[in-house]
Amino acid sequence: MANTAVTFREIPGKGGFYALLAACGAVLLLGAYAYFQMEHHGHVITGMDNQMVWGMPHVIALFLIVAASGALNVASTASVFGKTIYKPLAPLSALLALALMAGGLTVLMLDLGRSDRMIIAATHFNFKSVFALNVFLYTGFFTIVGAYLWTMRERRMNRWTTTAGVAAFIWRLTLTTGTGSVFGFLVAREAYQSALLAPLFIVLSFAYGTALFLLTLAAASALSGRPIGDAVLRRLKNLLATFVAGGLYLVVVFHLTNLYFTRNHGVEQFVLLDGGIITGVFWIGQILIGGVLPLLLLLAPGMTLNRIMTACVAIVIGGLAQMYVTIIGGQAWPLDLFPGYAARSSFFDGEIHNYAPSLVETLLGLGGFAIAAVMVIIALKVLRLLPEKLDNLTLDPHHSK
Amino acid sequence: MSESPQAGRRAFLGATAAASAAGLGFVALAPGVQLIKFAAAKTGAEGASGKVRWGMLIDTTRCATGCKECVSACATENAIEPGSGRPGQSSQWIRKIELKEQKTGREISLPMMCQHCAEPPCVDVCPTGASFKRADGIVLVDRHICIGCRYCMMACPYKARSFVHEPLTQQNPEVPRGKGCVESCTLCVHRVDKGQQPACVEACAKSGHEAMLFGDLNDSNSEISKRIASTATSQVRADLRLDPGVRYQGV
Amino acid sequence: MLRRLTHLLVVALAVLAMPAYAGQGVPKPMLTIENPGECVAPPEVIRRTHMDLLKHQRDKTMHEGQRGTKSSLNACIECHASKKTGSVLGGNENFCQGCHAYVAVKLDCFECHQPRTGMIKAAGVKP
Repeated sequence: MANTAVTFREIPGKGGFYALLAACGAVLLLGAYAYFQMEHHGHVITGMDNQMVWGMPHVIALFLIVAASGALNVASTASVFGKTIYKPLAPLSALLALALMAGGLTVLMLDLGRSDRMIIAATHFNFKSVFALNVFLYTGFFTIVGAYLWTMRERRMNRWTTTAGVAAFIWRLTLTTGTGSVFGFLVAREAYQSALLAPLFIVLSFAYGTALFLLTLAAASALSGRPIGDAVLRRLKNLLATFVAGGLYLVVVFHLTNLYFTRNHGVEQFVLLDGGIITGVFWIGQILIGGVLPLLLLLAPGMTLNRIMTACVAIVIGGLAQMYVTIIGGQAWPLDLFPGYAARSSFFDGEIHNYAPSLVETLLGLGGFAIAAVMVIIALKVLRLLPEKLDNLTLDPHHSK
Repeated sequence: MSESPQAGRRAFLGATAAASAAGLGFVALAPGVQLIKFAAAKTGAEGASGKVRWGMLIDTTRCATGCKECVSACATENAIEPGSGRPGQSSQWIRKIELKEQKTGREISLPMMCQHCAEPPCVDVCPTGASFKRADGIVLVDRHICIGCRYCMMACPYKARSFVHEPLTQQNPEVPRGKGCVESCTLCVHRVDKGQQPACVEACAKSGHEAMLFGDLNDSNSEISKRIASTATSQVRADLRLDPGVRYQGV
Repeated sequence: MLRRLTHLLVVALAVLAMPAYAGQGVPKPMLTIENPGECVAPPEVIRRTHMDLLKHQRDKTMHEGQRGTKSSLNACIECHASKKTGSVLGGNENFCQGCHAYVAVKLDCFECHQPRTGMIKAAGVKP
């Protein structure tokens, strides 16, 4: 096996390293400050209300959780599908998956009305609830991916890597199904009544996770002065393009099936045509920046690292836009209690709900990104998770070019 | 419409019923003059019974546009005050909805609150089991184990639930409620357990409209069961098959 | 540098902790008992088990609708609220707060429950 010869090495702590760590640490502190504000004053200081019950923290947290599952792609491709070129990168992939999951879950938990009662979420379960199921899926994810990482980097455990890799692969598919189902099971909300949400979330997770992996890899490469070989880059970029195209396809199918049902015409028209900000975020954010632009950048002839990175950033922006449209757009459309009647009340029945995220809830969400980043940065500094060299020869000795 | 002699009689009886304290027994006059024994001498020690299913019938033909007696009675009873934030952040356990049929222009006014479903989606989705249904069909939030995730608010088809967005200090001792938890109409469970009626029903009767009728849906002799058996009533979003305990007449 | 900082920290902590060990520990709480007499159980039992009694009662009342039984929080408040402030909270001489401050246990009940008496506004409610 070629990869047994690969040497892993901590990244050196130079100026750039500490600058990045400090920047991410500062965002983390701002997130912590935002949390304590919300904990003290209550959600009254946020843009959320009884109409818009889930807001910016959920947009970012769900993006991170979905991306965490996708960040495991590179490791899965190596261990489950036997692509040896990715094997040296598998530990980084598993580390990123753990870090993103930690960031997303922290934001989700800190947004709870009673975040001081986390112990209750871990001791009282209603097994009919997708949320309760997710508590197990998320904690199991840490255990399994953690064990997977261990089998990769502990030589005596290497023979279990494939088993652990398969387990992690199945687990993360289940996990993203669970995350997509959080919305799919909401019977009364027209925007969410689709079994397609779970597979859609899975394909989107492939794109988001791979994009974040490439960004992390490039940052680690720059910080450690280990240039990435073009062979692996080319493969990853083509893989990413496939995922983005698959995601776009499922988004189209999702809206087409919704349009098939007359009762959903109202909400579809709202999202696609006259939803104001939501429509803009959908077409410009999700479709144009998150779909068309990266496809052009990734598939155009020739390849530069900068172009790939631009595409990855666009995919992350598009992913956040997609979560915004799904979560905020789905709630903005009012519940139809009395079909055929126009309703009005003191509780905003029959009105399209607006959402203006406050600074605190946005900072809390961004804190999740910072948690993931700080975890990755510190782990790469103190643990041997990144190959000493990332060039073609190290990653793929049998590659002909 | 409240000028008919029958309505006057009903109003009088309603006021009498309201004035009679718990444990005195409730005499209701349904068409055909029947005496209905209503929760005689309840102390509250008996607890919720699975034989009972509490429900409510709302006669929208008697509910007046602009009348908010039920809403203010609920606010007084449960100490619900507008919050210091935006209006959208204040709790509303019961609200008046004004409806206008799009085809015909027919106008309807009705109160909307937790429908106390037999198959409540809020209970299904609650991760900790804080949302639960009592043996007698009342759907409640156990705030001791509510973590404030708001999944139930996403799941409720009736928009019946509110999230407490800020610290509270003016609670009614019988109705604990506080920051960070989700809440909704309790059907005045603290009154029902003592044999009284929900505050909104009482207030509606006092105002003379008598649009709200509270009772045991499982007891075929109760006035509410008889009314439901004899008149056309409907459940809101019946297509979802949640079997709400609140029924509407005239929608 | 780091070692010097550590030393400094240890000394600072020791100085800060001094008052607690200087005398006979933290002064015992001076609670004002408004209604001396018998509680629902002897004080030794109440002191150690009031949280269990209340939790048991809470589940009975909340989930099964059993009311008016002996260990109700409202009954505690009714009897133990200070006559001055009408509350079991407010100062360290007040019943719940005084003791919980002494043992440094967070008192979570009153984020939802009303700590004061005389707060009943609704007509149909009897304490």
